[in-house]
Amino acid sequence: MTDAAIRFERVTKAFGVVRAVDDLTFDLPRGALVTLLGPSGCGKTTTLRLVAGLELPTEGRIEIEGGDVTRLAAAERRIAMVFQSYALFPHMTVLENVSYGLVVGGARRQSAEGEAQAMLKTLGLEGLGARLPAELSGGQQQRVAVARALVLRPKVLLFDEPLSNLDARLRRRVREDIRDLQKRLGLSVVYVTHDQQEALAVSDLLVVMRDGRIAQKGTPTELYDDPADAFVADFMGEANVLEGEVLASDGGMGRIAVGGAVLEAPMRAHPAGRASLAVRPEAIRLVSAEQGAGLPGRVQRAAFLGQTREYEVATEAGMLFVVTPAAAPAWEEGAEVLCRMERVIPLRT
Amino acid sequence: MGALTLGRLALLAGLAGVLLAPWHGMEDAAALAAWPRAEAAPLAALLADGERWWMWPAVGLLALAALPLVRGRMAGGLVAACGAAILAIVFLQGQAIGLRGLAWPALAPLLGTPAPQPALGWGGALVLAAAAGLIASGLAQRGRFGGDAFIAFLVVGSAGLLLLFVFVPLLTILSAAAIEDGRLAPGALAARLAAHEAWSLACVTTHQGCGVVWNTLLLACLAAAASTLIGLAFALLSARGGVRAQPAFRAMTILPLITPPFVVSLALIVLFGRTGLVTTAMWDWFGIPRSRWIYGLPGVLLAQVLAQAPIAFVLLEGAVRAIGPSLEEAAATMGARHFVVFRTVTWPLLRPALAACLLLGFVESLSDFGNPLVLGGDFDVLSTRIFFAIAGARHEPGRAAALALLLLALTFGAFALQALWLGRRRYTTVTGKGDSGVPAPLPRGLRISCGAVAWPWMGFTATVYGIILVGGFVHDIGRGDMAFTWRHILTGFEVEWRDGIAFRGSAWDSLFTTLEVAAISAPLTAGLGILLAWLLARQSFPGRGALEFMAMLSFAIPGTVVGVSYIMAFNEPPVELTGTALILVVCFVFRNLPVGVRGGIAALAQIDKSLDEASATMGGGAVQTLRRVVLPLLRPAIVAALAFSFVHAMTAVSAVIFLVSARHNLATVYIVGRVEAGEMALAIAYCTVLILVMLAVVLGIERIVGRAQLGRRPAPLRAGA
Ligand SMILES: Nc1ncnc2c1ncn2[C@@H]1O[C@H](COP(=O)(O)OP(=O)(O)OP(=O)(O)O)[C@@H](O)[C@H]1O
Ligand SMILES: [Mg+2]
Repeated sequence: MTDAAIRFERVTKAFGVVRAVDDLTFDLPRGALVTLLGPSGCGKTTTLRLVAGLELPTEGRIEIEGGDVTRLAAAERRIAMVFQSYALFPHMTVLENVSYGLVVGGARRQSAEGEAQAMLKTLGLEGLGARLPAELSGGQQQRVAVARALVLRPKVLLFDEPLSNLDARLRRRVREDIRDLQKRLGLSVVYVTHDQQEALAVSDLLVVMRDGRIAQKGTPTELYDDPADAFVADFMGEANVLEGEVLASDGGMGRIAVGGAVLEAPMRAHPAGRASLAVRPEAIRLVSAEQGAGLPGRVQRAAFLGQTREYEVATEAGMLFVVTPAAAPAWEEGAEVLCRMERVIPLRT
Repeated sequence: MGALTLGRLALLAGLAGVLLAPWHGMEDAAALAAWPRAEAAPLAALLADGERWWMWPAVGLLALAALPLVRGRMAGGLVAACGAAILAIVFLQGQAIGLRGLAWPALAPLLGTPAPQPALGWGGALVLAAAAGLIASGLAQRGRFGGDAFIAFLVVGSAGLLLLFVFVPLLTILSAAAIEDGRLAPGALAARLAAHEAWSLACVTTHQGCGVVWNTLLLACLAAAASTLIGLAFALLSARGGVRAQPAFRAMTILPLITPPFVVSLALIVLFGRTGLVTTAMWDWFGIPRSRWIYGLPGVLLAQVLAQAPIAFVLLEGAVRAIGPSLEEAAATMGARHFVVFRTVTWPLLRPALAACLLLGFVESLSDFGNPLVLGGDFDVLSTRIFFAIAGARHEPGRAAALALLLLALTFGAFALQALWLGRRRYTTVTGKGDSGVPAPLPRGLRISCGAVAWPWMGFTATVYGIILVGGFVHDIGRGDMAFTWRHILTGFEVEWRDGIAFRGSAWDSLFTTLEVAAISAPLTAGLGILLAWLLARQSFPGRGALEFMAMLSFAIPGTVVGVSYIMAFNEPPVELTGTALILVVCFVFRNLPVGVRGGIAALAQIDKSLDEASATMGGGAVQTLRRVVLPLLRPAIVAALAFSFVHAMTAVSAVIFLVSARHNLATVYIVGRVEAGEMALAIAYCTVLILVMLAVVLGIERIVGRAQLGRRPAPLRAGA
């Protein structure tokens, strides 16, 4: 029980009639980086603020490292949060910002500044202590915000979309930095984003949310390869969802019927009968119409993107979106092809 | 701050209030010598002598609340209940037993015939503060106000103060209007509200004057319309007319802010009075006979428009500049000519601002007191009539209260109208998109007519202020004797060196009192205002809406009404403040509070809330967050609130004219007195000194507090995206 960093028990947070978080129950392990993922307005930020104590739950119970914090004020929870806007105090220098938590906690200014200096060094910010936040680049500001959070040795570190103010290149570097730091210091981190790439890249565990509830929880591979329903399948990356019939499936190869064709493809065990089947665009291989088995179709659109090629293929089962490596054979628009599935995901809804 | 800490502090205050501080005395230093006996006796001494035995339950409750607090095991409900009960006992016994002994005969079986008792003193104040502290600490311990005792105390304390100093006076005046010969008389209320003096329409048919309500309304409508028109002419010229006279425009907008409202009246008398400069010139050159036309509606109207037009200018200029040129350009590209663009696009977009401006002018005129007092002559308006009902030959509080209610109703009516109007249509013309077109120039005809209004008015304003500047330094400006002299300044501000410094001038006393009261009330206003703004903008707690309403309420109450209600509410125990300097301070603090609160809320809206939250997640409690993060960032708003409340405390006259006393006179009231005594030159000299002092103080505040730049470069306050 105590190896959960954070435990939610039937937590609800209502703003008037809106239930931003609805009867949420989960355990998040210690020392892991957990990402909350979901579309805008699904309650990610609210969940994070509930952990931080910036909102108090309408119902339910919250534990941090085994202790009940449901009614505890933010100042007493020993968590730290990195805000989307960074929330650096504009009237204080970097050093004052980083030592703020220590000073208000009652530490002597000198020892506080010593610790703050050390933390700045850890994050590669030495020499910037005397500057004001406005005199830093976006990435530096972000690291100052992290330093300010870490210097308090929090039980849990919370990030609310920490990269959304950075440009694409910097996002990649900073997210690697955060991941490194988390591993190096063994921190428990909860990370909010609505960018699934970012989530897949850094997380130990992913929690996909929808309308204030958990849609699915699991490792990045589990969620990508084995989404529970169409919502998660679609959210974790593009997916073609086909209506079809499972003829046989024992956990290895399965046989399915879609659009009048019968195909064989790897899939998990599923009872025979009608089902929604998700197929990732890169799990479809296009072969020429003479090559035997496959779902026949005609290429409607073809685009070359450098590393990959994208096609839209009209079939009996509907339009399929297909991504192939650039090295694979290219097809012209209007070409007759067969689609073969390299992995099919039967959905539970 | 923890609930326990606050509880213990409250306990200490309560002990001090019972054991040490004089239970009754408020400010008489001489009486303090008698401590701990006679007039300076603390409650403990009184109780020991067997007096005030009905206070024993309050002491008992204090002890009861002390038990858990001392042992460190809080029982929130009990502590809060004790606090509330103490509060109730102190107030009720003060009401029940007053200067004439038992005031509530119904309590005779319980209390017998107790000796009369005077008002509460510092001891009482401390015990009341302690009770508020106990309530707050108890509530915080029960998890209210986010469990933060500091916030709980702020809310409870400010709510208590607002109730006492804004709400209770209003209630008092309401009830005073309905009381005749000490009894409730609804008939009297109706008769007073419908009185002939208020509603008579005699002026339509005969040569007699009309009722004061009609006078007030007529004056307010004319003043609003005239000041808005003149303001509009200036605004159009300044924003669209392509004139290069910005410094003159700026000066015109600043002067009225730092002049006492009736100063303009003095200048008008000097110019247009029976022996005035212009009047004499007219007589000498054109044989136009001297008359007293300036005393009455024309004079008051002129004075009010002189004071209000610059404010209208500022408002409307902002509105004109906010109209995105692209709208007008769009109309122009569709083939509309200059004047058509103005009529179909610019003018409709200006209408909300014009309405706001009209209403403001209307309300300002309603509440103006100084100008009608000085220039009104036989033309009475509500504010002056209220004053004379209280301070005139016949002291008629009931009539004054009823007139005050009428004035209040007019003001609230105007505000309600504004709320309705603004609620239904709100044009956002500031879109946040870069709007970098060239503003359409004014149509030619319009520009000429604006100029025809604005330039003469500018000249007139300059003359008026010139008179003020010169008037104090010449023999008798009222009769055109323009020989230079220091005489008036000396009369008012003579200083003698004989065994140390002696302030012999007749004006020194009032100037010192004014400075003292302004200097005490300004930081209190700014402090309380900013704290309230922070509570309202950043904390959520039950009753926030009610607190905001009360904090803003005094904004809508005309000064005359405040003055009358204060002398009615605080003239008798348990809270007796009339005649003290404290009542002046209190009056200024609560009258100017709304401006501080508004400024604070507006400034807080610019500061991302995540800064507060970041501080909270790093372990900063409410006090720490306020002190280290919020207040430093609010410094510009604090400076503005300080300067505003200081200047207003120095220039206000309507409310305080009821509250001053021989010992504590204020500069403005002193000046009004000089005017009534016909010492025009001394009055003007004093005004000049006052304006200089205010300028110096405002600039000083800005230098000392205001050099708060956010670092070497202006730091962008990041807003959450
Ligand atoms: N203070 C509030 N008052 C009222 N409703 C709120 C408040 N905060 C959040 N909500 C509502 O709760 C729901 C969840 O909001 P939340 O901020 O948690 O979403 P989110 O998942 O973080 O979205 P985003 O990705 O856009 O940041 C939304 O419908 C939002 O409108
Ligand atoms: Mg969010």
